[in-house]
Amino acid sequence: MANDLARWQFATTTIYHFFFVPVTIGLAFLVAILQTAWYRTDNPDYKRMTRFFGTLLLINVAIGVVTGLVQEFQFGMNWSTYSRFVGGVFGAPLAMEGILAFFLESTFIGLWIFGWDRLPKRVHLACIWAVSAGTLLSAMFILVANSWMQHPVGYKINSQGQAVLTNVWAILVNPTFIWGYAHVVLAGLITGCLVMLGVSAWYLRKGEHVESFHRTAKVALTVLIPAIVIQLSVGNQLGVIENKYQPMKIAAAEAQWTNCKPCSFSVFQIGGGANDKTPTEIIPIPHLLSVLATGTWNGPVTGLDTLNSQYQAKYGPGNYVPDVFIQYWSMRVMAYLASLILLLAIWGGWLLHRDKLRNSRLFLTICLWAVATPFLMNTAGWLLTESGRQPWIVQGLQKTVNANSPSVSQTEIWISLTVFVLSYIVLGWADLTLMLRYSRRGMAQADAEAAETAAPALTY
Amino acid sequence: MALHTIWFILITILWVGFFVLEGFDFGVGALHMLIGRTETERRVVINTIGPWWDGNEVWLIVAGASMFAAFPNWYATMFSALYLALVVLLVALFGRGVSFEWRGKRDSSRWRSGWSWALTIGSILIPLLVGVALGDLLHGLPINSQHEFTGNFFSLLTGYGLMTGVTLVVLCLLHGATFLALRTTGELRDRAHATASRLGIVAIVVNIAWVIWTLVVIGGGTVPEPTQIFGVIAVIFAQRLATTQNDAWAFVASGFGIAAAIGQIFIALYPNVMVSSTNHAYNLTVNNSAAGHYGLVVMTVVAVLFFPIVLLYLGWSFAVFRRRISAPPTSSG
Repeated sequence: MANDLARWQFATTTIYHFFFVPVTIGLAFLVAILQTAWYRTDNPDYKRMTRFFGTLLLINVAIGVVTGLVQEFQFGMNWSTYSRFVGGVFGAPLAMEGILAFFLESTFIGLWIFGWDRLPKRVHLACIWAVSAGTLLSAMFILVANSWMQHPVGYKINSQGQAVLTNVWAILVNPTFIWGYAHVVLAGLITGCLVMLGVSAWYLRKGEHVESFHRTAKVALTVLIPAIVIQLSVGNQLGVIENKYQPMKIAAAEAQWTNCKPCSFSVFQIGGGANDKTPTEIIPIPHLLSVLATGTWNGPVTGLDTLNSQYQAKYGPGNYVPDVFIQYWSMRVMAYLASLILLLAIWGGWLLHRDKLRNSRLFLTICLWAVATPFLMNTAGWLLTESGRQPWIVQGLQKTVNANSPSVSQTEIWISLTVFVLSYIVLGWADLTLMLRYSRRGMAQADAEAAETAAPALTY
Repeated sequence: MALHTIWFILITILWVGFFVLEGFDFGVGALHMLIGRTETERRVVINTIGPWWDGNEVWLIVAGASMFAAFPNWYATMFSALYLALVVLLVALFGRGVSFEWRGKRDSSRWRSGWSWALTIGSILIPLLVGVALGDLLHGLPINSQHEFTGNFFSLLTGYGLMTGVTLVVLCLLHGATFLALRTTGELRDRAHATASRLGIVAIVVNIAWVIWTLVVIGGGTVPEPTQIFGVIAVIFAQRLATTQNDAWAFVASGFGIAAAIGQIFIALYPNVMVSSTNHAYNLTVNNSAAGHYGLVVMTVVAVLFFPIVLLYLGWSFAVFRRRISAPPTSSG
């Protein structure tokens, strides 16, 4: 029970944290682009948009940072057995993240916020790029650490039964890391683009600040179109990699209990859980699963039952099948929404090309609603990858059920879970109202800040 | 020198860096309603730490992550033992962290005073709790042969731990006041001087009492360590220099006072990293807590290559904003 609660807490706080992380990754990059455009063209429109979206970025960074602290502490607090076991490998990227990414990000964001009238234009521009680089580095080290849990490499188990690092290069070229990292960075960019596009669409629909927000809609779409196209193939390739190292994960995502060759993909299905192993597939698409999981037309996919007996032979008795429902639907939420976003992006690109973007009310309205989709996709993605690893916390090495802190009681976790959930509700509410208020009314403030020349006002 | 000793020193430096840097912004946060009387003044006070507080907080994260990486057993035992205390610490960090960015974003006095209180309470609670935690490392907590904590929340509230927490809070308040005297002008600066001068007396007394208690906890000799003597002198100097309005040196002295306080805890701790009050045979030490040799080599290379760069741009960011801050003449706050 304590173990289950600790899992609930980790899942809740991680999913919540990752609402803000991709916004930060995406917006930091896009704000840097806007400021570069201002630096290059000297067009004041770009300056006000830099300040406007810069403030949205800062509101969001604040909550991303504080929720990140929980993540850093939680391994030791709730998962001390895990921490003892993996610290020698898993801890290293976290420490490197601190030294290489956090100092960079936090110092240069301070310089950027307060440096508008202190620093030369070029240096000030470099500051926001340093912030963006910090967010990308931070994601890199987290993905190095997480990928090691999915596919442990470059380690040995020492005489005390702890994992110790033996090859740092191996954990940096871990294929799960390379593709997973690309996937997360693109997800961040897509999230930032959709937020920027949604806010711009809101103003364009109202007919306010049309020229400025037309520019930002254009920037957002210009980044979004290639990002979503590449993302679909990166996601696909990640599936192939995972099928190689974690076949359970992919078989469960398809609710594929029996072996198949070639394998079809069901658009959706009824049943498919452990009690109904031959689900009613609605609209099966022949060969598609083979292509997705193996990258070949007739590739075989090993079914969950076969995999489970293989695992039992290797690791002893037990159930090694992850939650099929979560796997099946998180995969589909991600894939289907991404396809819709691809269509939206192409539509937007076409409207831009015909210069009809500002007048297409239907497109602009859909863009408003599309802001919700990256958050759903990001959550689905982490559910797919983390729940798909279960029952392992480190694939093949340690089970989640054995990894929690023996000294932390169920009562203590109830307290912490309640406190975190309540705090997160308050923080989330405040963040949302601030973001919405500022999105609606912030232009006047951004204009005032952009026009400032003489005595600087107080930033905080 | 063995690599695990180098990492123990590095982690000590990270904790010292955290308290010397974030120490002044804790002090400023805790004093901002007292020294800033009007809304504009409060904003001036908060803006004195504006560019840096976030970077200062990173030292805490890096210290924690370095413990995880270099001494997994230490991190695992300490963080699971301090469970509920860390939950409170995290909530304080939430409130304080977002208060900076969010406080000024709505023009409502209720909104602002709410975040002002979050900032004040957080700025006191965080050094208090971290102080209790560091004090407990040295005092000892019930830990069994498996390096698992066997106590409960109340076992964490050791007298020495609490005293360490209170001492650090007082030192942070003094450090914040000397910082404000250095960074402001006019009335604010006068109030900062007065506060530093009065707080300084309290800090001198509390610091000496705590140093004596530390000697008792360590046991053995009654002769104070050089770091301890240095710390006591530094705090006395900070008070004197603040009273005589020697802003820069007062700030340097209060910084050394905090550095010595954190430093002496870790010096007294070594080669232990966490003492077991159950049985000293169960102490966690640099030897039995450390990660593998190769992992430490890799991290040492990363730290040696990149930490100097970090220090360079940190120094630059302090230099960029070195000017004193005063209220803009027309600001409505």
